[in-house]
Amino acid sequence: MSATSLLPKIAAPRHAVLVRVTHWLTFVAFAALLVTGIELIISHPRFYWGETGNSGTTPLFRIPIPSSRDTVPSGYSYVMPDQNGWSRYLHFEAAWLLVLTALVYGIYGIASGHFRRDLLPAAGQRGPRAYWAVAAKYLHRAPPDDDRTYNALQRLSYLGVIFFLFPMMIWTGLALSPSFNAAMPWFVDVLGGRQSARTLHFFFTILLVVFFVVHVTMVAIGGFGTRMRAMTVGGASPADKEHA
Amino acid sequence: MTISRRKLITTGLAATAGVAGLAVADRLANRFGLIPPDSGGIFGPGETLTYAAQRLLTRHSMAREFSRSQISEKPFGNAVAPPNDMFKALQAGGFKDWRLTVNGLVERPTAFSLADLQSLPIRNQITEVVCEEGWSYVAEWIGTPLREVLRETGVKPGAKYAVYISLEKGQWDSLDISEAVHPQTLLTMGMNNGDLPVPFGGPLRLRVPRQLGYKSIKYISQITVTDDIKKFGKGLGSVSPEYGYSWYAGI
Repeated sequence: MSATSLLPKIAAPRHAVLVRVTHWLTFVAFAALLVTGIELIISHPRFYWGETGNSGTTPLFRIPIPSSRDTVPSGYSYVMPDQNGWSRYLHFEAAWLLVLTALVYGIYGIASGHFRRDLLPAAGQRGPRAYWAVAAKYLHRAPPDDDRTYNALQRLSYLGVIFFLFPMMIWTGLALSPSFNAAMPWFVDVLGGRQSARTLHFFFTILLVVFFVVHVTMVAIGGFGTRMRAMTVGGASPADKEHA
Repeated sequence: MTISRRKLITTGLAATAGVAGLAVADRLANRFGLIPPDSGGIFGPGETLTYAAQRLLTRHSMAREFSRSQISEKPFGNAVAPPNDMFKALQAGGFKDWRLTVNGLVERPTAFSLADLQSLPIRNQITEVVCEEGWSYVAEWIGTPLREVLRETGVKPGAKYAVYISLEKGQWDSLDISEAVHPQTLLTMGMNNGDLPVPFGGPLRLRVPRQLGYKSIKYISQITVTDDIKKFGKGLGSVSPEYGYSWYAGI
């Protein structure tokens, strides 16, 4: 018997242990993938659409920064230091961490009812009218009336990140693997070709970064300390504490 | 915080099972050739997972081949180092004296001229060159599959890697035997209906279309079949990991 179970039950932790652990593993993987991904882009900051594209063809768009390769017509005479070697190793190692973490989290989310209970908008929360009501509250900067659970917009955002953005990142990333392309050609073909997959990989990264910035901002507004405790050592909901 | 005895025993058992499981996995992976030569260091686990997964899932799959209309109008060749004196001398002679020496764990060590290679079965493939930087182009590549050359020389039992060495000093790489005898691994002598131009690796380049471009080494003059990759260079399988790039480039 552990000592904590002998204490009277006050309030359940806001997040299950598995959610907390996988949350931070995902953050570590995301941070490593983002930093190394930026390094890799610097070696060719041009993006194309279709199957092929290189310094001799017209890009869809380019990022106006110097490149780490002197063969790239970046418009700068300055050549950045090449960091691709370790960036590539770390990018793929972090991708494994992300995929394995997602697997554990995904199985847990289905088996425990976490997705259904915490993330799928509840019966009374669905529909544009309900979504607008939540949005209006944000716009009026009204204090949240019930902080023990996610509101509809939070649920939709998390669902979008978990079931759309991350899967698309993994898909467009895998579509850049020449060996994997050999095994499953349709994986890259339906995206419009290799360079389209690379460009989409970049666009989905931007969406994830936007989510990350908004997510951290909301955590800061909602109370950084309490929410950090809730996601790390497992404090109860802020509302439970305040109204206790 | 106190830890109960039951928890301690369960954790102990789980840890023991975990370590034993890892030891078994390591032995199996070694036996089936799922560990890359550059599996040490902090990036080793990720690299091993990638290589093992690809070897288990995609050993026999074929790189995408494209239609003639998809051939890039302007193929992009990376800058190459200025040719050394030996290369210049061979080039002056129209590469007639170019030799591909095949030795190591083979039944009949042989030095092939380009004409010898051209008398072997010729294959052409329209495949994409994919650079690790992100760019790519499609071209037609004509040559003889490496497997045809190894069929000529015979391969002794126990062979695990084919090391290929460039006439350009310090350029060498290796493939595991399954990739070496893959039908698309091509000793390339022609490109887009002409001879393979020097900037693209002419007169002889080993094209490995299921891996990134840096695996397709230019100016190949020697292939050594071996059972022990540790004997070559720093023992990391190619010169790439010595510069920080992974040996396996199939991603």
